[in-house]
Amino acid sequence: MKDKTFHKDHRINWWLTALTVVLSLTVLIPLYFTIVTALKTPAEAGSFSLPTSWQWHNFADASAKVDYPRAALNSAIITVAAVVLTLLTNTFVAYAVARNMDKRFFRFLYYFFIAAMFVPFPVVMLPIAKQMGAWHLDNQFGLILLYMTLGLGTNLFIATGFIRSIPPSLEEAARVDGASTWKIFWKIIFPLMSPINATIGILTALWAWNDFLLPLIVLTDQSNQTIPLAQYVFSSQFATNYPMAFSSYLMAMAPILIVYVFAQRWVVSGVMRGAVK
Amino acid sequence: MSATVVSSKQPAASDKPAKKRKSAFSKRKVDRAFYWMTVPAAIIFAIFLYVPFIRGIGYSFTNSQGYGNFKFVGLHNYQALFSDDRVGHAYLFTFFIAIIITVLINFISMFLAVLLNSKIAFKNGFRAIFFIPYILGTLVIGYVFKYIFMSPLPALGKALGIGWLSESMLTSEQHAWIPVVFLAVWQGVAYSTLLYIAGLQTIDDEIYEAASIDGVNAWQKFWKITFPLIGPFVTINLVLSLKNALGTFDQVVALTEGGPNSSTETVTYLIWKGGLTGGEYAYQTANAVLFFIVLAIVAFIQLGFSRSKEQI
Repeated sequence: MKDKTFHKDHRINWWLTALTVVLSLTVLIPLYFTIVTALKTPAEAGSFSLPTSWQWHNFADASAKVDYPRAALNSAIITVAAVVLTLLTNTFVAYAVARNMDKRFFRFLYYFFIAAMFVPFPVVMLPIAKQMGAWHLDNQFGLILLYMTLGLGTNLFIATGFIRSIPPSLEEAARVDGASTWKIFWKIIFPLMSPINATIGILTALWAWNDFLLPLIVLTDQSNQTIPLAQYVFSSQFATNYPMAFSSYLMAMAPILIVYVFAQRWVVSGVMRGAVK
Repeated sequence: MSATVVSSKQPAASDKPAKKRKSAFSKRKVDRAFYWMTVPAAIIFAIFLYVPFIRGIGYSFTNSQGYGNFKFVGLHNYQALFSDDRVGHAYLFTFFIAIIITVLINFISMFLAVLLNSKIAFKNGFRAIFFIPYILGTLVIGYVFKYIFMSPLPALGKALGIGWLSESMLTSEQHAWIPVVFLAVWQGVAYSTLLYIAGLQTIDDEIYEAASIDGVNAWQKFWKITFPLIGPFVTINLVLSLKNALGTFDQVVALTEGGPNSSTETVTYLIWKGGLTGGEYAYQTANAVLFFIVLAIVAFIQLGFSRSKEQI
């Protein structure tokens, strides 16, 4: 590092690269362990070696036991609906608030939504669980409604800064042409928001897909279980058959890992945009 | 504007001038559509968040078990909380692991971010790998780690002759917190690293070039230039990781289920366990209200601390 010149130094430091490789093993080894364990016999499980004979039937066995197709379908429905509805609703709330911050009422709304970010979920979880049960919302629909609502504070926080960076001249021109506020929003603002929509979509999808606490307290009927909840309910039933348990875990992780392999750049940059605003 | 995919669901009533209202805050008129965009959302938001919050406070003064009849008991639940060792232990444990988790996450992720921002090969590939823990569900990867802590790790400890590692940490009252902290750090580092990388990218390369002309070494470069310049990112990272760590729940469910002997119960875990499965509904809502007050105090301290730092 001492031989730095005035020119930009583009040479690669292979020592640091080697160090990075070693450190990345902390992430990769647990994943490797999951995969090999999922394919072993119960007697072989517990070591980091490759399986001597590949037990592909573990997946079918685990799938039947956990009722994986149903759980995956539930998770998929909840995630897709939560993302779509969040994008369709939270964005115009953010737009309305961001464009009217000079008004007392909208400024109040801004803090009304944002303040909820500071109410930790454990504080409201017992009353929410009871209320959802009492209103017969202890199902997928109720869960979707909660994701759409409880994410609003964060999404508003992420989106308002972006919306305020969009020049109002575009809207004014459209308004002169006689477009209504709703039309302006859907035709002009919403498409312009696509980078931030991607961020909100990714964050909502990761949350809804991986969340355990909300399904745990809201869902009552076993047929409505999401993937994480199904893992929890069945975790005790695998007893000592760890390979079967691990094939179940691997199937739980696989969908999001596969999506990530293809969309990692997009996911990383999307989450980053949400973080720095 | 180019053609858009989104269809407008509103009728083309744009030629009808909407009735304008006045606000005391500024003279500009607000289109009525803006109220339609926000007021229903605000009502739904209140129903699903503020109403439960207020109801929770109400229940905390009763002896409800979550069902059936109940009566008003005043501050009885709160008095009981302060003499309940299990609750006291949960608070101490939560803060104990939250502080360790926050410190570890920030040290490790700052180091990783500097590494991933340096002149290494396959930068984007490594970034993608180190971000994987963030996309995985805590509960599921937690079950994987539970088994690693139960079987291969003690086997390794035996092979190496390390006494404390030879037995599963999960079954030891002294050591069961270690896997919980490990899992939270393993996952939490991913997001914090991303934030720190974003911070590092805001620093202009020319500053480093000027510094190297002055003969500044790598260590000084980090502490005298990089660290002060990413100060705001340190603040936000500390706040976010502490907030997450104080709510530790999935990790406990996956790894220890609060055991052994309640030694790894966090406040969130206790609220859920006692409130929804233990018939202590009102008692645990009182605990939740207490938790809220404690966290609000923590937030105010953090706010004051970060403000005083920013003024320097």
